[in-house]
Amino acid sequence: MLIFEHSSKGRQGAPQSPVEKASISAIPENLLRKDSAALPEVSELQAVRHYTRLSQKNFSIDTEFYPLGSCTMKYNPRACNTLAMLPGFLNAHPLTPDEQNQGFLSCMYDLQSMLCEATGMAAFSLAPMAGAQGEFSGVAMIDAYHKSRGEHERKEILIPDAAHGTNPATAVMCGFKVREIPTLDNGDVDIDALKQCVGPQTAGLMLTNPSTLGVFERNIEAIAKVIHDAGGLLYYDGANLNAILGKIRPGDMGFDVIHSNLHKTFSTPHGGGGPGSGAVGVAKRLIPFLPLPTVTQEDGNYRYLTAKDCPQSIGRLSAFMGNPGVLLRAFIYMRFLGREGMVRVAEFATLNANYMMAEAKRRGFTLAIDHRRASHEFIITLKNEARDYHVSAMDFAKRLLDLGYHAPTTYFPLLVPECLLIEPTESEAKEALDGFMDALEQILHEAETNPELLHAAPQTLPVKRLDEVRAAKQLDLTYKMS
Amino acid sequence: MPFIPHTEQEITQMLATIGVDSMEDLFDEIPAHLRAPELKAIPKGMTEMEVSRLMHQRADKNTKALCFLGAGAYQHHIPAAVWEITTRGEFYSAYTPYQAEASQGTLQLTYEFQSMIAALTAMDVSNASMYDGASSLAEAILMSVRANRKSKSRKILIPTSVNPVYRKTAETIVKGQQIDLVEVPYDGSTGTVTLEQIKQQGEGDITAVVLQQPNFFGCLEAVDEITNWAHDNNILVIAVVNPLLITVLNPPGQWGVSGVDIACGDGQPLGAPMSAGGPYYGLLCCKQALVRQMPGRIVGRTVDLDGKEGFVLTLQAREQHIRRSKATSNICTNQGLVVTASTIHMAIMGAKGLENTAAACFANNNLLVEKLTAISGVKKAFSGTHFHETVLQLDVNAAQVLRALMAKGILGGFDLSEDYPELGTAIMVCTTEMRSEADIEAYATAMQEVLAAGVVSAEKVPATPEVV
Repeated sequence: MLIFEHSSKGRQGAPQSPVEKASISAIPENLLRKDSAALPEVSELQAVRHYTRLSQKNFSIDTEFYPLGSCTMKYNPRACNTLAMLPGFLNAHPLTPDEQNQGFLSCMYDLQSMLCEATGMAAFSLAPMAGAQGEFSGVAMIDAYHKSRGEHERKEILIPDAAHGTNPATAVMCGFKVREIPTLDNGDVDIDALKQCVGPQTAGLMLTNPSTLGVFERNIEAIAKVIHDAGGLLYYDGANLNAILGKIRPGDMGFDVIHSNLHKTFSTPHGGGGPGSGAVGVAKRLIPFLPLPTVTQEDGNYRYLTAKDCPQSIGRLSAFMGNPGVLLRAFIYMRFLGREGMVRVAEFATLNANYMMAEAKRRGFTLAIDHRRASHEFIITLKNEARDYHVSAMDFAKRLLDLGYHAPTTYFPLLVPECLLIEPTESEAKEALDGFMDALEQILHEAETNPELLHAAPQTLPVKRLDEVRAAKQLDLTYKMS
Repeated sequence: MPFIPHTEQEITQMLATIGVDSMEDLFDEIPAHLRAPELKAIPKGMTEMEVSRLMHQRADKNTKALCFLGAGAYQHHIPAAVWEITTRGEFYSAYTPYQAEASQGTLQLTYEFQSMIAALTAMDVSNASMYDGASSLAEAILMSVRANRKSKSRKILIPTSVNPVYRKTAETIVKGQQIDLVEVPYDGSTGTVTLEQIKQQGEGDITAVVLQQPNFFGCLEAVDEITNWAHDNNILVIAVVNPLLITVLNPPGQWGVSGVDIACGDGQPLGAPMSAGGPYYGLLCCKQALVRQMPGRIVGRTVDLDGKEGFVLTLQAREQHIRRSKATSNICTNQGLVVTASTIHMAIMGAKGLENTAAACFANNNLLVEKLTAISGVKKAFSGTHFHETVLQLDVNAAQVLRALMAKGILGGFDLSEDYPELGTAIMVCTTEMRSEADIEAYATAMQEVLAAGVVSAEKVPATPEVV
C-alpha cells in the first residue's frame, strides 16, 4: 500500500509547522500556486508506521550478509553516524565564514591528508559527490593537463574491457573517444594489445587494480611505462582499494590520478543508492587542476581554497563541497582504524575472499580465474550449470535471497558468462562465510535435482520475480492522487 | 581489532584451507619492491570513547550563531521522526536496489518520492534524484541538448540572476561537450531578467533557457512570459526551483501556457540539515515525452509473477552500467538516503504544513527587511517582491559589517561583492520559519549597534550605483 493510499482529505496530524498560514497576498497573484500540491495527508504515526514497515522490506548489511562484488558492503559503524550528526556539524551553514567553521574544516583537512598517505598521492580534493564524479574530475584533469602543455591532439582514453560502465561513460562526457583494451584469460591486461593502441592521440588509461576480475594486475609497472612513454597519464579507479589498503599504494604503482569511493573502502553507508563520495587524489604535476573547493591550513587555521587561489582548477562540481556528512563519516572511520587498522582491512578482506574461493572450489564450483590469488573478491562462473541444468546465475542469485543472503553481483564483469562476483569484506566472521557457502552448495544440489526451485525463487520475500519488461513498456513512474 | 571479528584459531583454519602459511602469502602476486611503507602520517587507531571525545571537541568549535544566511542552503525545522527512521539500518546500510525483490522498501519509497516531487513541481515525471541542485542543473542542460532536436546550436541562455555556483558547476560539467552557456544580465533596478534582455541574447538558434524562481536574489521572475516566448521559438525551458517555496509559488509545470520542459533544484529545504553543505539531493523532473533522455535512476511500478504490485529500477537501458559509453550520463549513485529523509519529511509535513512553512519564511523576511531598512544606511537593492531572501544595500563595507555581526552572534547574510561586484557593498539576508520575532529583533538591534559604533565607517566604501 502506498502512503498516498493512507491519505484522508483534511487530515493534519503533526505539530511540525506554524499553525496559522501567514499572509502571502503581497505576492502578485499570477506568480502564486492555484491549488495545493497533491501530497498525502496522513498523521505522523501513519507516516512513521508506513516507512518503518517499508524499511523492513529491505535487505541491508545490518540484517543480512551482503557479499556484493565490487561494492564493499562492510559494516557501517554506528558511531560514524552518531558523531557525524552532532549539532555542531548539522547546523553548520556551508557558507559560514571559515574562522567560525574550524571544527568541520579541520576534519576535512585531516581527511585529505590521511587519504594522501593511504594512497601515496600528493594532494586530494573531496569535492566529487560520488565515484562517477570522481572519475569525471580525474579525466577532466587529464584533459586540462594536456591542454596546458599545448597537446590538444590527445583525444583518446584507453579502458580495459573489464572496467566499470562509468569509465567509458565518463570519458565520453569529458569529450574523449574510448578505445577498449582486451584482457587475457589470466585476468591481466593484454599488454601487447595495449602497446598497439598507444600513440600521440593517447590521453590516458583508466585502470582498476585489483581489477573487477578479482586479481591484481601483475604487469602494472610495465603498463605504467607504456602509457607514460607515450605521454599519457594513468588513472586509478579506486573501486577496489579495499583489497590493497596499506599494502600497496596507487601512487607507488605509478598512477597519476585516482578516485576513492569512500562509501566502499571507508565504510560510509550506501543508503539504498547514495549519497557517496568520489574523493580524487593526484600526483604533484596535477595539483593545480584539482576540483574546488579544497581545504588548506596555515598556522593551525583552516580555510577553503577557491578559484582565486587555484586559477587552473577544472572548477566546481557542486554548490558546496561534496557530501560533507559522508566525508565526516569517512574521517571518523579512519580515525577508528588508524594506520594499523588500515593494513588489517586489506589483510582480512583478502583472507575472507581467498578462504571462500578455496571453499567454492572444494564444493565443486568453477572459478573464472583459477590458480591465482583472489584479491578481496573472486568470481564463480555457472556456465556449466547453465548448460547442464538450465539454471542461470540470476536463478542462483534469487534462490540465495530465499535462503537469507543478499546475492553477489551477477553478470558483471561482462567478460565472464553466468558469473557471481563475490566480495565478503573484512567485517564478516567465518560463520557467515561458511553459512553462505553452505547455501551455495545447497543450491548447486537443488539445481541438479529440482531446478524448478531455482526458477521460481524467490518465494519468501515481499514479492516474487517482477515483470521488468512491463515496467519499461507500460511506464508507471508516479502515482497521481485523485 | 576494529570491526574485524576473526579469532586466532579461525585465522589458522582459514589459512590452512587456502593452503598458505601466513597472511603475507596472500599478497605474493604484488611486486615486493612496490609494497607500501608504514603509513606514518596516519594517527594510530582509537577506541569509540576516544573518537567520540575528538568529534565532540571539533563539533563544539563550530559557531552557534543565529543563522540569517541562505544563498542555496536553508535552516528549516525537520521533524524528529525523519532522521530517526531514515537511519534505521534497513535504509541506512542497504545497497542500490538492483535486487528488486530484496529492496522493495527502498524501491517503493523512491516511487513515492518521485510521485511527491512530480506533484510539487506539477511535472509529469521525476527521477530518483541527482547529487545536488547545481549538478542537477548541469544534467538538465545536457538533457536539453539531447532533447531539443530542432536546435543545432547547443546554445543555452542563463541569466546572471541564477545562483552563481550553479552556473560555475554547470560550466565545469558541460564544457567538455561543446555547449555554449550564454549569460543574460539582470535588470539593475528589479534584480530580475527581462524578456527584452533575453531576446537580445537570444537571436538565432537557441537550445534552452534557464530560469530560477525565486532567483538567487530572492526576487520573482516573470516566468510565464519568458516560458511562452521560449516555446514560441522552439526553445526548451529549464526551471530551477526551491521545492519548498513552490508549495505556494506557481510550480514550473504550470508556467506559461504549457509548463516548462525540465525542472531541477536542490531538495535540501525538504528534510536535509545544512550539514556544512550536504549531503543534499538534486531533483530533476521533465515532461513525459523527454523521459528517455533523463539521466539517473528511475523507479517504476509493475507486477510480480502472481500479479502482485511491486517496484523495480526501470528504463535502465539509458544508464552507464548497460550502455557504457553511449549512456545519457555517467551518473550511477543517487542521493538515496537523503531522498528517504525527504520523502518521510514530505509525508509528515503534508502540503498544508509545507505551505505554512513557506508562508512563514516569506512573512519573516518581510519583517526582517522592514526592521533593517528602518536603520539609516540600509536599503533594499531591488524593487519588487522578494520571497525569503532580500538583497540589502549598505553604504559601508559588507564584509566588515558581517564580521562585526558575527561577533554579536549573528550570521548576518551573504556578501555579494565577489560574485556581483556591480552591487558594491550589498549583502543578502534570509529568514526561514525558524527565525522568531525575537531573533529578528536581535538582528536589527545588532545591525543598529554595528553601524552606530562606526567600527566600519573608517573604511567606508562608496556604493557603486552602477546599473547593469
